[in-house]
Amino acid sequence: MPDLGLEILLKGSNMIRLLGGLWVALKISLISVAISIPLGILLGALMTWKNPITKIILRLYLEFIRIMPQLVLLFLVYFGTTKTFGWDLSGEMAAILVFTLWGTAEMSDLVRGALISIPKHQYESSEALGLSKVQTYLYIIIPQAVRRLIPLSINLITRMIKTTSLILMIGVVEVLKVAQQMIEANRMSSPNGAFGIYLAVFILYFIACWPISMLAKHLEMKWR
Amino acid sequence: MNWEFIWEYLPLYQKAAWLTVKIGLIGILFAIMLGFICAIIQYYKVPFFKRIVGVYIELSRNTPLLVQLFFLYYGLPKIGIQTNATTCGIVGLAFLGGSYMAEAFRSGLEAVEVIQTESALSLGMNRYQIMRYVVLPQAISVTIPAFMANIIFLMKETSVFSAISLMDLMFTAKDLIGLYYKTTESLFLLVVFYLIILLPISILGSLLERRLRYAGFGS
Repeated sequence: MPDLGLEILLKGSNMIRLLGGLWVALKISLISVAISIPLGILLGALMTWKNPITKIILRLYLEFIRIMPQLVLLFLVYFGTTKTFGWDLSGEMAAILVFTLWGTAEMSDLVRGALISIPKHQYESSEALGLSKVQTYLYIIIPQAVRRLIPLSINLITRMIKTTSLILMIGVVEVLKVAQQMIEANRMSSPNGAFGIYLAVFILYFIACWPISMLAKHLEMKWR
Repeated sequence: MNWEFIWEYLPLYQKAAWLTVKIGLIGILFAIMLGFICAIIQYYKVPFFKRIVGVYIELSRNTPLLVQLFFLYYGLPKIGIQTNATTCGIVGLAFLGGSYMAEAFRSGLEAVEVIQTESALSLGMNRYQIMRYVVLPQAISVTIPAFMANIIFLMKETSVFSAISLMDLMFTAKDLIGLYYKTTESLFLLVVFYLIILLPISILGSLLERRLRYAGFGS
């Protein structure tokens, strides 16, 4: 069997370092998720308002964030803010900022979609039954919207975890960067390191995301 | 904003944008074909192949394109599979996109009710005719929104090609920032070019979706 460079993984604390790199990526995505879910719910609810000004502003924000590749957004924040505002953001801060902006936009669209997908006659029926507006939302609308939302927002979490792989490009030392360092350091002893190490990174990302997307799939089936 | 700089480097961006679009379109085309084959295999529950397709879909959907590309570009040559950056980009995009397209097609195929295929069968149509005249036309209209969303998603994903040193838009922008420190201008051009590429697809997508909303069958 040819040398696949897998022995680098077993050398010293290399596996721990790789996992540490994955943790950096996970941490950034989890912080951004924690901020963007409440913000997204708020913005999503605002989007169902009839006020034309809030509608236009939110729409522009949403469309711009969604149409730009996340890597472009990272560049804009990481390089752009330094030049324009004189901010000296670290790569991690820039990443959290971008993922929060992006996550909020995606989340708000999911919330909006869930709210408007509830048929109008449900509002009318509950009014006819004499429920107040608060009661209608509390007992009729929100429980149904939440059921639709949870699988979709869990999917958003896996998308965010996957997208953290990009932060290598703005100099954050995450799992791919650690992998590169390890391949470089062992160039002489294991020239085929790139195969084994990148395969390991591939599998690590899969292990991080797969259970979460399975959960989303399961909930979607259950609550259909 | 230094307009002279922008004017000077516009052709460089044009070239890069063209490369991005070209590789993106070829990759997406392969992704569509791969996705269609996978969806058909899953729809007819072809034994054995169904399993492989299932594993492929999970692997491809739960790993980032950047990691897939690193493995293809830096990993595979170590076991003797030589590739160049362009091929890698296309293969990577097809690998990632295939699973997303498969899911889109499958949900469209499954949206056609079983009773319709049964009726077609009782009318004496064969398998091919049922697919061609009954299932596909209806499945396509259900699939279009997800299909367009996937195209935009895949076109956006091409931005990571710079990591395997393809001279795409991201690569050009990063290069110019590093060389001349003209950050604002380089980023401005980057955003403008991505808007030029992505806005038309996005607008086309929402137009198609709106038209198809009236083209529902049954339910």
